[in-house]
Amino acid sequence: MSPLEIISAVLLAIGSFLVLSGAIGLLRFPDVYSRMHAAGITDTLGAVAILLGLMFLAGWTLVLAKLIMILLFLLLTGPTASHTLGKAAWKSGLQPLTDGREPAGDSGKGAE
Amino acid sequence: MKHTASVTLVLTAIWLANSGHYTALLLGFGVVSIALVVWIGHRMDVVDHESQPLHLTGKLPGYYLWLLKNIIASNIDVVRRAWVGPSAISPQFETVPADQKTDIGRVIYANSINLTPGTLSVEVGEDTILVHSLTREGMVSLKSGEMNRRVCGLEE
Amino acid sequence: MLTVTTITLLVVMAMALSRAFVGPTVFDRILAANVFGTKTVLLIAVVGFLFGRPEFLDIALVYALINFIGVVGMLRLIEYLEEDKQSTEDGR
Repeated sequence: MSPLEIISAVLLAIGSFLVLSGAIGLLRFPDVYSRMHAAGITDTLGAVAILLGLMFLAGWTLVLAKLIMILLFLLLTGPTASHTLGKAAWKSGLQPLTDGREPAGDSGKGAE
Repeated sequence: MKHTASVTLVLTAIWLANSGHYTALLLGFGVVSIALVVWIGHRMDVVDHESQPLHLTGKLPGYYLWLLKNIIASNIDVVRRAWVGPSAISPQFETVPADQKTDIGRVIYANSINLTPGTLSVEVGEDTILVHSLTREGMVSLKSGEMNRRVCGLEE
Repeated sequence: MLTVTTITLLVVMAMALSRAFVGPTVFDRILAANVFGTKTVLLIAVVGFLFGRPEFLDIALVYALINFIGVVGMLRLIEYLEEDKQSTEDGR
């Protein structure tokens, strides 16, 4: 295998692991808000790793430009979709589970 | 004017990268559709400093690098917690201050919160953002305000 | 490694589908559908390389667009339905 193929294989392996971890979180976490965080792993670093791995296989062709476009599109729309989802869930009156202790780091409030 | 030029340039790059056929006919179709999209964009009044934030171009790469470092660190953290299971998380739900003066600053801040796994912006207000965090530590580091400060730094 | 990635993505999509079946809320199902959609984009791209047909990337790009618009459209619909429900309840 050429060095480029090895780099690509490593990146694909990392991406597969991240995507799998996201799915594990999606199944194991207790409520919809925490599951959204698990989905976030796959949306950001998982997709970045897999698409980067493919980019190393593609070389300097138009395929590379298309991969970059897919990556940018996923990175730009991912946060918007999850914000819309979170907001819709919150508006419908779905209360998130919290760990029930005092709010964290109150010193942060009103920081100038 | 410079916003029109920028949107035309971006659309041309997208067309050329996606097409792969450089015959006169197809390039002609490209010119026609780009002109149409720019015209519709003007009619919708969306070709401005918000859709084409040119004034941020110089500062964005540095911020992206810092954000990427953050994303990788929090990804590793969330992956670990996903494998350990529900006992490893301590969800928080609070408002955090957002000191950005412009709408686009708040949008960048809320999107950065969303892009970082472990924190999710649920509702964006005038000067606050309602955030759900997977862990206590995530909320504490968000409230320490470094990301807030950096996004404010972009606006100046 | 492309084969391994393809199989992993298929397993992940099956897990997302099971979350969509279990629910329990409608938002869990939409979240699962969104995850399923992004994984489909990645799967199409990887399979394109696996079979040596990078033209599949065009389909992946279109699928990414459809997925995003589908999810946001669905959520808007649910928001409007909620508002509708609330306003009729207030009217009584």
